[in-house]
Amino acid sequence: MSNEATLHSQDLLHHGHVEHGHGNGHDGHDHHHEETFISKYVFSMDHKMIAKQFLITGIIWAIIGAFFSVLFRLQLGYPDATFPWLESILGHWAEGGRITAEAYYALVTMHGTILVFFVLTAGLSGTFSNLLIPLQVGARDMASPFMNMLSYWFFFLASVIMMSSLFVQTGPASGGWTSYPPLSALGDASIGSKIGMDLWLISMAIFVVSSLLGSLNYISTILNMRTKGMSMTKMPLTIWAFFFTAVLGVLSFPVLLSGFILLLFDRHGGTSFYLSELFVQGKVLPNEGGSAILYQHLFWFLGHPEVYIIILPAMGMVSEILAVNSRKPIFGYLAMVGSLFAITVLAFLVWAHHMFVTGLNPFLGAFFVLLTLLIAVPSAIKVFNWLTTIWRGNIRFTPASLFSIGFVSTFISGGLTGIWLGNSAIDIHLHDTYFVIAHFHIVMGVSAFFGMFAGIYHWFPKMYGRFMNQTLGFIHFWITLVGAYLIFWPMHYEGMAGMPRRYFDYSTWASFNQFGGLNQFISFVVIIVFATQLLFVFNFFYSIFKGRKLTSPNPWEATTLEWTTPIHPGHGNWPGEIPEVHRWAYDYSKDGKDFIPQTVPVSPEESGH
Amino acid sequence: MSGFLAVLVVVLIFVVIFQIAKASEYVSILKGEKKSREQSNRINGFLMVVFLVLGLIGVWWCHDLLEDRMLGESASVQGEGVDQLIKVTFIMTLVVFIITQILLFWFSFRYQEKEGRSAFYFPHNNKLEVIWTVIPAIALTILVAFGIRHWLRITSEAPKDAMIVEVTGAQFKWMVRYPGKDGQLGRKNYKLINEAASNPVGQDWADSLNHDDFVSPELHVVVGKNVKLVIGSRDVVHDVGLPHFRLKMDAVPGIPTTLWFTPKFTTAEMKKRTGNPDFVYELSCDQMCGVGHYSMKANIIVETQEEYDAWVAAQPTQYAQAHPAAAPAEKPAASDSTATALTMK
Repeated sequence: MSNEATLHSQDLLHHGHVEHGHGNGHDGHDHHHEETFISKYVFSMDHKMIAKQFLITGIIWAIIGAFFSVLFRLQLGYPDATFPWLESILGHWAEGGRITAEAYYALVTMHGTILVFFVLTAGLSGTFSNLLIPLQVGARDMASPFMNMLSYWFFFLASVIMMSSLFVQTGPASGGWTSYPPLSALGDASIGSKIGMDLWLISMAIFVVSSLLGSLNYISTILNMRTKGMSMTKMPLTIWAFFFTAVLGVLSFPVLLSGFILLLFDRHGGTSFYLSELFVQGKVLPNEGGSAILYQHLFWFLGHPEVYIIILPAMGMVSEILAVNSRKPIFGYLAMVGSLFAITVLAFLVWAHHMFVTGLNPFLGAFFVLLTLLIAVPSAIKVFNWLTTIWRGNIRFTPASLFSIGFVSTFISGGLTGIWLGNSAIDIHLHDTYFVIAHFHIVMGVSAFFGMFAGIYHWFPKMYGRFMNQTLGFIHFWITLVGAYLIFWPMHYEGMAGMPRRYFDYSTWASFNQFGGLNQFISFVVIIVFATQLLFVFNFFYSIFKGRKLTSPNPWEATTLEWTTPIHPGHGNWPGEIPEVHRWAYDYSKDGKDFIPQTVPVSPEESGH
Repeated sequence: MSGFLAVLVVVLIFVVIFQIAKASEYVSILKGEKKSREQSNRINGFLMVVFLVLGLIGVWWCHDLLEDRMLGESASVQGEGVDQLIKVTFIMTLVVFIITQILLFWFSFRYQEKEGRSAFYFPHNNKLEVIWTVIPAIALTILVAFGIRHWLRITSEAPKDAMIVEVTGAQFKWMVRYPGKDGQLGRKNYKLINEAASNPVGQDWADSLNHDDFVSPELHVVVGKNVKLVIGSRDVVHDVGLPHFRLKMDAVPGIPTTLWFTPKFTTAEMKKRTGNPDFVYELSCDQMCGVGHYSMKANIIVETQEEYDAWVAAQPTQYAQAHPAAAPAEKPAASDSTATALTMK
């Protein structure tokens, strides 16, 4: 592949030039290296285009997934009200303008599935790993552009199947995003466990394929295709984060896939991997000897690393963006890499903390408590290092840096409640309550989204050669930050009062119906925050076409390699030779110089670091 | 009509915000990048402090507002350990939360970009890094030690004198089986479940231990007396959630689990303590189990031994309900369940 890239580098010299005029209507057509619409925008093998495909697909999914949460928050906040327009869009799933319990559970399930996998895995890691790995390590493209293209199209196929499951007569999967059997295995136990569950499993299996194709590519590109001088310790932290994310994915997604395949066998092959001694809908089932808990082990063996798959890329981007905008090197680079590594290793050893109350051997549980709380140490190191990075900096507030600061704030808040839940003696009370919802939404939902927003605002100029509107970005940030806290902070208290999650209606419960007013408040804020996200989406698409144009290739005055490419880099990224790297990525404010790009050789009189 | 108006208002707000944003972009181009950056730095830096102050006040206010709606003192002896651990963890995490959030937003405000100042080149400092590796490690070790001690105590083997009650989950109800006078639960087999024949949990009538067992939708326990729940499920995974007792245990089909605790206050006492004459302990299902998950409730009645005995005496045995005509005659020697299983096939 690299041979081909070198062969093309001559073309690209011109190509980059032609690309410049792209906005004015002439693209590469007059060039002998023909690019059709299909090869450029659809079946593209350019990592930058694939990144945009992941991003835009992710944004569409995010709107759908977030909209679902608005729908079920309407039920939670206004259980007695009717909304006739709901019936117009959902039909018999919202008879009389009030969503049914079946629809509620389907919405909750799809919200989780969409946000966790389709947005925060594919949309986040898929976008930025693709965009930044070749650009920041100095490669013309991924190790295998073809596999990279397949990765997107498998994701697309998974998306189509998941989307189609929304329209089948019995509805989509509705057993929660974790899809625990036997509920998910038996069509008789739940309407959502009929054809919708099969589509869910098939879609997820294809999603795993997509994820593996992507991850293997990321790993091989980072290990093999770094430019001259780019030793591993000179890589920006973004690349380290993407690297560990990919490693996590490669090692854990296959386990999830095996879990899903066994579930498919149980559903259709008459096997009893997860089924034992069941009496459903007045019928005794023949299955004996299976273990419903086995599925939970297989699921959470991915499920827990999955939360790090979601958060590590955000951590990497935030580290980079905070350094750039503080005009300071990231504090403790090696400690940052080391803590990423520690998190990656520990991520595989903590899965059973999701299963403390399944009847797990208490002695085993004690080990998982220890290992789970251990993960707070590298997380704490990261937080303190971010704080020290901005300390005595010269901070520029861009939407990207604001969202990075917001990320640190929510990561602290959500991370600290992880210390509660990781301790099994507290989990035994808080498990499956709103406390858990508050915890993981803040630490992995909101934080990861903040990382993603930061990344989008920061690298939008690299993607489209234009800026997003800053003022809209500021408004977007402040409303989202305040709103996120207003939504999730009070949920901790609901959880401490024992309020279980995944309840359609609390009105019949003497213990939990006291939070009606609070739920209404939360739902109200949800609607406002959702509307604000639409503002962001508008800003994004508007700016692609009408945003302020870049005038220099390095708008943030950053040191990393992606800013050494032309404003509109062609396929191959650098028109000439790939630049050589001489220093780490964080020489900001060193020796009185605001920043020194990685491509500048180290001069003899420079101080060390 | 009102819906249409609402949409119109939202769209108008959007348009206004967008116009302002667009205009400010033009202004910033006219003013020059440096000037406009100074302005946005000032505004956002100011908002950082505002957010910090209002946020901390909000955190306090939220606590003040919702504190009374918590569950009060644990209703089980075991739950006291949970509450104690929550208290310790709450204080430790709150301190860290306040310090780090103040640093984060204060630094953001304090070190915003200013003309003529440059950032401090400070790439690493081993001493600092060791400090903030070791301190969290020590704090967490304390929490782990506390936590595991409570955990092993809560999940320990139930005392020998504990009364045994079996809780079975089914979509979407709870069935509680009591052992009757003999204090022992009879054998059961899921293949014998037959709602129509009054056998909802699959009791094996061949086992005479079953003859005095009875099944109730309510969980009755005696105050101050250890009770061991043997938990199972008939169909999907459920969870026995006992919020007032601070305990929880999954109900898994095919794999029985157990949970024991010692109730501290009778329902009547709780009515007085909470000042709520309608107070009732509730057992909630805490594991997603299908469309009726949210309605899967059982009342828990904590009472004195006398009240409990009186209640037990009034309950008809399940055997009598399943065999309305036949007198409880002597049965042939109990055939084991595998034999039953074979004949079923």
